[in-house]
Amino acid sequence: MAAVQGGMGDADIKTDIKTEPSADGFGNNNANDGRVLSASPGSSSSTGSNKQTAAVTPEDQQTLLAVLQFLKKNKLSESVEILRREAGLPENSLDPKANESAGAGSGGAAGIVDLEGGDASSLLSRVTGSSSAGAQAPTKAAVAEDQPDVSVVLSAYSQQGDPTLYKVYYRDLKKFIETVLDCHRAELSQVFYPLFVHMYLELVYNNHESEAKAFFEKFSGDQECYYEEDLRILSGLTKKEHMRGNETLLDFRTSKFVLRISRDSYQLLKRHLQERQNNQIWNIIQEHLYIDIFDGMPRSKSQIDAMSGSLAGEAKREANKTKVYYGLLKEPEIELPLDDEDEEAENEEGKPKKKKPKKDSVGSKSKKQDPNAPSQNRIPLPELKDSDKLDKIMYMKEATKRIRLGPDNLPSVCFYTFLNAYQGLTAVDLTDDSSLIAGGFADSTVRVWSVTPKKLRKVKSAADLNLIDKESDDVLERIMDEKTASESKIMYGHSGPVYGISFSPDRNYLLSSSEDGTVRLWSLLTFTCLVAYKGHNYPVWDTQFSPYGYYFVSGGHDRVARLWATDHYQPLRIFSGHLADITCTRFHPNSNYVATGSSDRTIRLWDVLSGNCVRIFTGHKGPIHSLAFSPNGKFLASGATDGRVLLWDIGHGLMVGELKGHTDTIYSLRFSRDGEILASGSMDNTVRLWDAMKAFDDLETDDFTAATGHIHLQDNSQELLLGTYTTKSTPVIHLHFTRRNLLLAAGAFNP
Amino acid sequence: MADREERRFAEVSRESVRLMAEGAGVELGDDVAALLAEDVCYRLREATQSSSQFMRHAKRRKLTVEDFNRALRWSNVEAICGYGAQDALPFRSVKEGELFFVEDRDVNLVELALATNIPKGCAETMVRVNVSYLDGKGNLEPQGTVPTAVQSLSDDLLKYYQQITRAILGEDPHLMKVKSVSHDLEQLNRLMHMVKSLVQNPYLYLGSYVRSLVSSVMYCILEPLAASINPLNDHWTLRDYAALLLSHIFWTHGDLVSGLYHQILLSLQKVLSDPVRPLCSHYGAVVGLHALGWKAVERVLFPHLPAYWANLQAVLDDYSVSNAQVKADGHKVYGAILVAVERLLKMKALSLSQSAEGQSGAHPGSVVGAVSYRVNSPGLSPPPEPLSEAALGIASHLQVGGAGCHWEEWTPVPLPAMYCELYSFFGDSLAVRFSTGTGFGTHSPCTPSQLGDSRKEPPGPASNLDTTRKMPQLTANLNISPRQDGSPRTDPPPPTTRGAPRSAGLSREVFPKARFTSPQTTPPAFSFLIGGRQMGQRCQGRRPFQTMFATTPPVSAIPPRTYAHKLPVIGRVGKPVRRWTCSHYSLHLPL
Repeated sequence: MAAVQGGMGDADIKTDIKTEPSADGFGNNNANDGRVLSASPGSSSSTGSNKQTAAVTPEDQQTLLAVLQFLKKNKLSESVEILRREAGLPENSLDPKANESAGAGSGGAAGIVDLEGGDASSLLSRVTGSSSAGAQAPTKAAVAEDQPDVSVVLSAYSQQGDPTLYKVYYRDLKKFIETVLDCHRAELSQVFYPLFVHMYLELVYNNHESEAKAFFEKFSGDQECYYEEDLRILSGLTKKEHMRGNETLLDFRTSKFVLRISRDSYQLLKRHLQERQNNQIWNIIQEHLYIDIFDGMPRSKSQIDAMSGSLAGEAKREANKTKVYYGLLKEPEIELPLDDEDEEAENEEGKPKKKKPKKDSVGSKSKKQDPNAPSQNRIPLPELKDSDKLDKIMYMKEATKRIRLGPDNLPSVCFYTFLNAYQGLTAVDLTDDSSLIAGGFADSTVRVWSVTPKKLRKVKSAADLNLIDKESDDVLERIMDEKTASESKIMYGHSGPVYGISFSPDRNYLLSSSEDGTVRLWSLLTFTCLVAYKGHNYPVWDTQFSPYGYYFVSGGHDRVARLWATDHYQPLRIFSGHLADITCTRFHPNSNYVATGSSDRTIRLWDVLSGNCVRIFTGHKGPIHSLAFSPNGKFLASGATDGRVLLWDIGHGLMVGELKGHTDTIYSLRFSRDGEILASGSMDNTVRLWDAMKAFDDLETDDFTAATGHIHLQDNSQELLLGTYTTKSTPVIHLHFTRRNLLLAAGAFNP
Repeated sequence: MADREERRFAEVSRESVRLMAEGAGVELGDDVAALLAEDVCYRLREATQSSSQFMRHAKRRKLTVEDFNRALRWSNVEAICGYGAQDALPFRSVKEGELFFVEDRDVNLVELALATNIPKGCAETMVRVNVSYLDGKGNLEPQGTVPTAVQSLSDDLLKYYQQITRAILGEDPHLMKVKSVSHDLEQLNRLMHMVKSLVQNPYLYLGSYVRSLVSSVMYCILEPLAASINPLNDHWTLRDYAALLLSHIFWTHGDLVSGLYHQILLSLQKVLSDPVRPLCSHYGAVVGLHALGWKAVERVLFPHLPAYWANLQAVLDDYSVSNAQVKADGHKVYGAILVAVERLLKMKALSLSQSAEGQSGAHPGSVVGAVSYRVNSPGLSPPPEPLSEAALGIASHLQVGGAGCHWEEWTPVPLPAMYCELYSFFGDSLAVRFSTGTGFGTHSPCTPSQLGDSRKEPPGPASNLDTTRKMPQLTANLNISPRQDGSPRTDPPPPTTRGAPRSAGLSREVFPKARFTSPQTTPPAFSFLIGGRQMGQRCQGRRPFQTMFATTPPVSAIPPRTYAHKLPVIGRVGKPVRRWTCSHYSLHLPL
């Protein structure tokens, strides 16, 4: 853990203990084995997922022993030692149990045999691959464990009943659910989809191809429309051999599908299944589903629909219970020479008097410690440099000239059109002061433009720099090479499309993430690449600098997000838990949290300090492609391929709004500087403005809703929509509010 | 393979696999081929699914070969080379062999290497900023009405659009906006004709585009086009035509846009009341108002007249050489106003007369002179004839025109005040206009209206009012250009004439009589000749005018010619007339 910063103590193994309702006899050893093994790279890496269980329940101990056994077999004695120490197991614990865990061990052996065939065929099956390189576990172990994981997971399907009866079982259940009271029907209907998938997979796994097809034909039409995408993938899967290495399948297997059902409905279902002796279904429910039972009224269909749609069902209520410090950090106090230009014209003596009250008014806001804010040094932040202070002052000045936006005072929109972008514009970012714009292109280049008259200049060469008088006042100006001044600069280095791009807050650096699996840090003084951060071995879809600089987050196809510091070549934290690609990453304004959106249609919020997942938001029906935190840090907006923007209350962990209107993927979201307006830009060539104030004001977050997580959304998108602005033929892929609240949009003209 | 039909996606058939294997020299058993085929399908689908991810992240809608190759590469499969081109690959089939293939022509490398025209490469990537929306209020028009619409068109329509734009704009794709072609009257004319055909196409639902159409037409009517600087450019015709078009659009499609009428009036009024605008803009405004019907004239032009008159007067009274051009323009405006005002009077009279039909015959004393003269005039001779036509309900303005008998009624009715005021401005020229108007109304207006009939309107008696409004513009506009020619015509003796009536009421009686005979008979004829020219020159759709033009001469062909010889005063017409005796360009050129 050399990479961990001073302030972040070594994160111990996560203890995210599942409190399964054991009264119902939940939890099956077999399934648990599979689960834990699947997460094993994480568990030995000590930074890994929140799902691993290192608790001392007997079952978990067993699985731990199995892991130890496996490691020992592979002569990874160091890992064995470390794992044992961390888990607090006695030294001799392995030997007597050796025989017991032979089952798991042989599973692992089988996996290794499969390795050659599997590696080639299971193209996308890496769970973490060498992602643990930055962690403690040796890479070898991780790779080796990757394979057993698959076969063990699949073996969970091996128990089988009569394949021809599957249809009967399913139809039976369907009939039952259709006849229950209305209030229960909606809730129980949630069971259909996961049951359907698991039954189908079980049929396929046991080589009942024709039965599987028949089953699919018969019941796939009943599923909710938002699962269509997954069903399509599923429909192509008809052979046991194909199951190995299928991403979607793995996602489904490695996690339990979470359903929230009221106690009454659950009892109803349970009674029915027990009466009918319908063990097949009951087994699936026990093994593969996680039913989160709550007391109280069953939810309505619309309430359920609002929250479902993700790959792994809804979030467990416990998952969103952790306290999140969403408040903003106190601004560092800066001596504010609030000398406006006009004030400067006045006499000098008047100034200090004027300064004081003004400074107080500015300071007073930040002096009051927000009760929801994290402590100032919860995570270590870089100290402010002089130039940062200057920039802050500039920011304050600009902020005083900011236009107050509102429904009656909509922002002007400026559109930055990328012309002749034949290479394919894939990512855009603007600096906070809107002076530079950068584009990432599919031809692997990163281009930076100056959008002010100030040209881009490089620093002089080392030899020339020696000649400069270093004591002079304008040394910063002197080091620049006038000869290199130009409006734009191209930076070469990546070997694949650049999917994510982000300026550092001080405008000295630029980050870019690419398909080639690297994140690169570029200097905007020399326009050269400084570091290539390797760790994601698969395409990196997005990256973003922390609002305070120094840290950055990246997320990609390997389903983990990583937190980096610019001066460390290995990640500080690995956030794993998503079941599919991480498509977008955003820092919370206080830099203590990171939000990630994923193709598994969930959004997760991670604590930078502990690496824990503190929020899981479900409700989107397609991969999430944009995220935005409100400036006060309380809310999160997310946009997805389903064309909807969803609003989330971070503190309560609730969905609080749904904005419908876009007809295509939303690629960019941004709150205005004061948070009154939310702008969304989409592939459908429009920018839409939403009344964020109203959306958040109308909330009724009483304790009940907060406790149960049952939201009741009113359909008021039309009232909240303040304007729709179309471009000729330019998808809007980036939005930015200037410090004075002018809306800038960017995209490539698409002739 | 029986289950193959159930599948909803494309498959590689067993046969194809076997063929491929044979191609590679391997014999495959049936079951092997079937297994392989299925596996290939599955892998293809898998690769497609993962390639779509690359497409989504590249923020594109179109899946490219590149995306697919990336997916293959990440699956440790060799990428397919040679298909990276952006343009679509034609997929062909050979019927006999049931063979489908991508056409792959040989590339002659030698030719390519020795080619002299080296491709320039693509333009530099750049960022351009434009303010799209100010304060949240969009200025949708500048984005270009047509191009935005193009996006939503289907393929067929797109082709159609391209054909049309090419036909209209020539090969230059940049001429999308009217403004960009303001230097080129030809272009503008063509555009206007396009607009007309758009409006007349019964299969087009213009919807919200009416507004933009109207705005471009208004542009042609009102803007001081660059072309107007050169007096040789006949921008007047364009304005007339545009005004005509405006009224046409308005009466046929006005219901699609609420408040359009009011908006148009407002903008016209604004132009009219803006003394800084050049005279040609004013002219456009007047013509536009006139085209919109007499009510518009009454509402906008009439109240403005007193104020405007002073300006115009100043221009007209300036005889300096430098002012010649402006003055000529002034005459144009004067003529336009005159025509408009006259129609206003007539229509008003008519509307009143229709309510009180029986009052005819009561002659106001004030105009007796003119009236009596009128009665004798040849143009007036067939008053009953138009009446019968009016009874047929072809177009009610005919009644006006034909209403040689009605004309008296405007005085007894409550509009004497208006008349008096107008008369104080125009003096006898008003009276003259009046009489001539009726005079030529007898034969000329009817023809255009008939034409209008044949073209498309089913003028039921019920739609009488509508047609009145629609058709009159046709005639009115035709008349306009000659009108101005007409008014200057009074110039030769004029300084006195025009100055006098206004200053001294007495002189009125003297001059009008003196000039009556000739103007009254001739102008109508002129108007038609010119109308014919305008139409015949460019637009085939206007043929009917020419034919009609042929019919009119018998009535008044001779007088104009004779009159033309008297004209030199206005415009040194002598030579041109000789050169284009038949075409009658002459009247325009000197101005």
